[in-house]
This record gives sequence, structure tokens and C-alpha cells, in this order.
Amino acid sequence: MIKVVLPANLQTLAGVGRVVELDLPAPVTQRSVLDALETDHPALLGTMRDMTTKKRRPMIRFFACEEDWSDASPDDPLPDEVAAGKEPFLILGAIAGG
Amino acid sequence: MSKVRVLVGTRKGAFVLSSDASRKKWKVDGPQFAGWEIYHLKGSPAEPDRLYASQSSGWFGQVMQRSNDGGKTWETAGNQFAYEGAVGPHTWYDGSPHPYEFKRVWHLEPSLNDPDTVYAGVEDAAIFKSDDAGQTWAELPGLRTHETSASWAPGAGGLCLHTILIDPSNPDKMYGAISAAGVFRTDDGGKSWQPANRGLRSNTMPDQDAEVGHCVHRLAMHPSRPKTLFMQKHWDVMRTDDGGDSWREISGDLPTDFGFVIDVHANEPDTVYVVPITSDSLHYVPDGKLRVYRSKSGGNEWEALTNGLPQKDCYVNVLRDAMAVDALDPCGVYFGTSGGQVYASADAGDSWTSIVRDLPGVLSVEVQTLP
Repeated sequence: MIKVVLPANLQTLAGVGRVVELDLPAPVTQRSVLDALETDHPALLGTMRDMTTKKRRPMIRFFACEEDWSDASPDDPLPDEVAAGKEPFLILGAIAGG
Repeated sequence: MSKVRVLVGTRKGAFVLSSDASRKKWKVDGPQFAGWEIYHLKGSPAEPDRLYASQSSGWFGQVMQRSNDGGKTWETAGNQFAYEGAVGPHTWYDGSPHPYEFKRVWHLEPSLNDPDTVYAGVEDAAIFKSDDAGQTWAELPGLRTHETSASWAPGAGGLCLHTILIDPSNPDKMYGAISAAGVFRTDDGGKSWQPANRGLRSNTMPDQDAEVGHCVHRLAMHPSRPKTLFMQKHWDVMRTDDGGDSWREISGDLPTDFGFVIDVHANEPDTVYVVPITSDSLHYVPDGKLRVYRSKSGGNEWEALTNGLPQKDCYVNVLRDAMAVDALDPCGVYFGTSGGQVYASADAGDSWTSIVRDLPGVLSVEVQTLP
């Protein structure tokens, strides 16, 4: 199972805990993770990426295995550790105070 | 016995304040949507337990919420706000062209007679309508594509459509107000819009009495007199009695005529309330004193209402959507401050008490008078 860690505001919005598990076929990519997350939790539509263009919202970041995946292609395969469920895919709101 | 429900949007969530008609003891529920900016929440006049809320965040964008039980539980509604057709530029602060971009919903105005129909005023300025309880939203593009829209420029808060008023005698007639473009009126349900700013003067524009460009902060209407509107402009408190064809100044003896909120007594159409703010660079009340001003003559003659409000060392602001009145007799008046206080008067402003004192900064206040 893929493990996705959500920021607090999105946990509240989706009514889930910190970690959401997804069952995804290979290859596991940013796009497949976000598509599945939005399908399972429609309240999250538009909160991480634009609903039409699917472009990442400017103040959302994606981390995995101590690497910043925010600007990677959404169709690049995520690390094997993420695909195997050993490491989480992290979705964060950029640190900007508030 | 009647009840009163006060809907409060803050910078970090929504709160619902409830009381019976005495308006002495209050129950405070919340925060709902903790951590999110709640620009506005409002109930349907046709079905008061149907509430709509605008939940937004600079990080996570726009979310819409709907309640069918008066705010006890909520469900997410549709949050796709796509401008219709080609999207041209508006004018940026420095005068350069700037592309239109949806940012957030500032104001929700439910239909007077259909709980599933609701209008949304958004930034960058446009009006959207939903006929399915907020599941889907369609722009009424006649406003944003008005021939003057390329010249509209944002106020300090953004290029926002912040006020929507529906004429109770004919719901096809509506007014919208945009900072900083001015007032627009439609007579055909939002298909076409005309500027309604004659008589306004703004020294922030090269042509001070131009057709558009005025930073209108708020409009208020009494339902019995839909052609009479009261306006708090950036500077100046104004009035029209012909649906915006002509405006005249009614600032009169106010200590300053800068401010954001304005509202009308529920039972006296010529009794008007404002909260003067020091200036456009000093967004707090003058002299450290929080004073509501009331005119019982439709403007020009104003009295300070101070009983129960802090009269020293107070430096709060009251934002444009943060005042409302109930429909009881005597009329209740409510407002929220940037310091997180929500004040209530159960005697039309003669005396005030704080319902809550330490909420996050208040963005909006609405009141429902319930059977």
C-alpha cells in the first residue's frame, strides 16, 4: 500500500488521519497518487493542484525519500521505497508563516 | 419564541453563535473548518437551515461548504469557478494590464426564494451562480466582460466582488459592488450589467467622477425600499434613492468618513449604521475609541453609540462584511472586529455587549432570525 502523508488542513477537510493508504498499480507516479487520492476523497479536489490543468498549486510541495519532487514531471515513477510502501509520499503546505 | 443565529467567518475558522430573542445568553459553537479563512457564510432566506460557506486558503485554494442543519454538520460542495470564455486583463496597481485569475469567493448571496440557488462574488471580480445547492457554478459573464472591465483595478484587498444585493420586489434586479470598480446593476437576472456610480467622487482617480473605478467598500439596502441604497465608500458615506442613477454624500458630521461596514435597521429604513475608521493608511478606529455611528434621518446627522464599547486604547478594524442586523423588535445589531470580538446590541445600538472576545480576526458576520 502506498502511504501518503497529508498536511493538517487537508486531513480535516477530507476527514482522514495523517496517513492515507492507497492501493495502486505500477508505475506509481505523482499523477497516479493524486488521482487516486482525489477519487477516494473528492473534498480534496482543487486543493493540491488545479482542477483543470492539474498543475501543482504554487504553495504545495511534494517530498519523498528526502528529495523534493515538487517540480518533477507528474509522470515520473516515484522511488521504489514509496511504491513499496516503505517510505511515505509527503504532501506539504509550503512554510510561509500564518 | 424567536431565536437568533449569528454566523461568524474568521481568519481561522467559522463560528455559530446562538441565542433566544432576549439576546442575553449566547452559545458559541466552533471553530468549524479550523485553520481556514472563512470569508463569508450565509443562510438561505427560503430555508434557514441551509447554509453556505466560503472556505479558502492561500495554500489550498477555494473550498465550498454546505449545511442542511443550521451549521451542525457540513458537506463539501463544488469548488470549480471557471471564467466563461476568453479572459482578458484588468488593470494592476501600477496601471499595467494584468491577467484575470480566480483567487477566492468573497461573498455568498442565497436566492430569496430558492434554497438551491446561490450567487458568489469572487476575486478577481466576477459573479457566479449555482442552481444546484452549490454543486456546480457558472459565471454570469456579462459583468466581468463589461466594456469597462479592462480598467478595473484592485483595492488593497484585491479586485473583489464583495457585495451582492437582490431586489426583493424583483429578483432579476441585483446590485454588485467591486473594489475598486464601483457599483453595477442588472435588471435581467445578471445577463447584463450597467455601472451605477453617478455622483461618486474619488480622489484616487485622475478623473474623480469617472463612470467606474471607485473603491466602494459596502452597500446596504432595506428590503422595503430597494431603490434606496446606502454606501460606505473608501472615503465618503453615500446614498441613492433611484437605484444608483445618482448618489449624494451623507457623511455629514461623522468624525471620519472612511470605513468598511454599513447597514440598515431592520424596522426603520432611514436608520443607518457605520463604524468610522481613521483613514486608508490607519485601519483602526479613531482616537482609540470603538464607536458605532447611527443616523436616524437617513444620513448627515450621526450620533456616536459607545455604551458597552471600549473607549480607550482600542485599535481594531471592522471589515466590510462584518456587520449585520436581526429582524427582531427592537432590532439587534452585530459586528465583528479584527481583534476577534463580536459585539451585539439588542436595543438597536443604544448599548452593546461582547458575545465573544477572543476569536481569530473576524472577516464576516451574518444574522438569521429564526422562528
